[in-house]
Amino acid sequence: MTAYPDRSPDWPQVGLHVVTGKGGTGKSTVAAALALALATTGKNVLLCEVEGRQGIAKMFDVDPLPYEERRIAKGAPDESGRAGQVFALHIDPESALLEYLAMYYRLGRAGRALDRFGVIDFATTIAPGVRDVLLTGKVYEAVQRPRGGRKKDQVQYDAVVLDAPPTGRIGQFLNVNSELAGLAKVGPVKSQADNIMNLLRSPRTAVHLVTILEEMPVQETSDAVAELRAAGLPVGGVVVNLVRPQALSAASLAQVRDDAVDLTAITSQLTRAKVDVDAELVASLVDEGRDHAVRRQLEDEQRALVAAEDLPTYELPRLAAGIDRGALLELAQLLRQQGLA
Amino acid sequence: MPVLDVDALLDDRGTEIIVCCGSGGVGKTTTSAALALRAAERGRKVVVLTIDPARRLAQSMGIEKLDNTPRPVAGIEASGDGALDAMMLDMKRTFDEVVESQATPEKAKQILENPFYIALSSSFAGTQEYMAMEKLGQLHREALGQGTYDLIVVDTPPSRSALDFLDAPERLSSFLDGRLIRLLVAPARGPARLMTAGLSVVTNALGKILGGQMLRDVQTFVTALDTLFGSFRQRAEKTFALLQADGTAFIVVAAPEPDALREAAYFVDRLTDDDMPLAGLVINRASPSARTELSAEEAIAAADRLRAQDSSSLTAGLLQLHADRVRIVEREQRLRERFAASHPQVPTTVVPAMAGDVHDLDGLREIGRKLADEE
Repeated sequence: MTAYPDRSPDWPQVGLHVVTGKGGTGKSTVAAALALALATTGKNVLLCEVEGRQGIAKMFDVDPLPYEERRIAKGAPDESGRAGQVFALHIDPESALLEYLAMYYRLGRAGRALDRFGVIDFATTIAPGVRDVLLTGKVYEAVQRPRGGRKKDQVQYDAVVLDAPPTGRIGQFLNVNSELAGLAKVGPVKSQADNIMNLLRSPRTAVHLVTILEEMPVQETSDAVAELRAAGLPVGGVVVNLVRPQALSAASLAQVRDDAVDLTAITSQLTRAKVDVDAELVASLVDEGRDHAVRRQLEDEQRALVAAEDLPTYELPRLAAGIDRGALLELAQLLRQQGLA
Repeated sequence: MPVLDVDALLDDRGTEIIVCCGSGGVGKTTTSAALALRAAERGRKVVVLTIDPARRLAQSMGIEKLDNTPRPVAGIEASGDGALDAMMLDMKRTFDEVVESQATPEKAKQILENPFYIALSSSFAGTQEYMAMEKLGQLHREALGQGTYDLIVVDTPPSRSALDFLDAPERLSSFLDGRLIRLLVAPARGPARLMTAGLSVVTNALGKILGGQMLRDVQTFVTALDTLFGSFRQRAEKTFALLQADGTAFIVVAAPEPDALREAAYFVDRLTDDDMPLAGLVINRASPSARTELSAEEAIAAADRLRAQDSSSLTAGLLQLHADRVRIVEREQRLRERFAASHPQVPTTVVPAMAGDVHDLDGLREIGRKLADEE
């Protein structure tokens, strides 16, 4: 399906791609497609989810993911048909906390006591921000993993894609470590928090925003851009998702919108195309065309607002049949052609 | 599929609270506002509590200022006693007010200035849910006491999961009276002394992880809040009971997409398990079906024939759009049927997508008519 050659990628220096978007914009789909697109020959890519939805497992049609990296797919093939590997990890805060405690403190008996006293539950559900600290901490670990690290069987990743919380929460989520560093003025938590912030604020991270061409999501996108910039977090590209089919030319759209179509001509063309035609069919097609034209006009207004953000922008079509593995690969190819990966 | 009769629900004076829930991005806020407006225009005295409305919608309802108090909405075409007030939730302020109403001024000040409290009240992922329910409780007491409202419509926060707001109050209150709190407040007092050895292991571990200063902040906070624990728990329990009461109706909102319907299914199951009164499901922004029977395959074949002669054919474009619409409508229909097969008892109403965005009362009225299936 590669109609024209892939562009050279826009984000070669990025090791952590954070993908966010308002609910309903398809950010998880875009994150998965991006992971497939980044997994070119010889590369390993990790796709992480942190919201407990098991969305990755559902999209790739595999069993629910454990707190363990699993190979789930080959990347989108290149022109010679070769591809790298995509792994997935479902990060839940309880497991991340226990792993963290075991790794840094060798707590042993105290670790179990913490659980008995409800500390684990407290830390992962009530304590402000701790949940987000743990989730970002695990992602940090996967990105920074040294070659030939402690565990021999651990995969080293060329890129990590994080299916992050929605735009309304993204600033808070990514910035939690700087707040924590403020709360905990000394100690291991502070130094860990500082390290994570250094990665997140560096050019090795890009926060991509997924939107659809509707008012609220576009507004939220531009709010998020401002918030991320204010927090010193690197804004990546905007992925415009679920774009309606471009089946009509600009001239045709205007005709349909202004009720200036030639019904007789359409009728005779339909007859020529061997459609069993009557007036009702023509009227319905024209009505559907008009709805579409109205939507397209609104989309164009929103597209102009997205363009005004002056960020690299990528567009993905709305696929009528929905999302499955095949559809994800198709979207991955489109992202590669446009240079997001 | 049984049909959700929205007007019957709104007209029933026994309906005192309507809670709209569902995953993010399905149009909960707009649905709540449309229900509230329709109820007011049918003669109910309504207040709608929204969480995070679109800017232009908030402006059109006169609630763009976040002041935590219901304000009358202008431009209502009410019948009888009907009226509509609206407000936007300010979670930090609601939390502060709870503290101020429960503690002595001196103690309240101590709590409000504690760094741990400031973090908890403005950024804990469940605070918004807890405060939405707290505000609901307040509005309900006020409505009962002063007869200001006879219907409260609540929008729920855009949670990670639609279930969060049911769990958050319980979680927060069980934390506030849990073992951990007692441990932090009185590490070596009372019966806990018996476990001192285990306790010091825990406090040491916490100190090691959090750093001594943060642990002290938490301890100060918890000590100051000590006297309020009972009331937090009581409030959470009252709200839970209110949600289970006969006068409450839950409306689950979903888009005809796999994720949103999956969340809706979890939610319906959870409401059923907790004996919460489920009124029905709103399938929002459904693709409107075409008025012709022409199949997607026939349309594509015809479009290809036309394009072979004229690549920019308008008719071919219309046929392609038709095929696309038919496929989407068919997919949405399959998703709805799958939901109905596993939840045949849930009354449902389908709201077709509007061509434009909704940001004024006319738009809300239009949605209201579609919710009530009135042409």
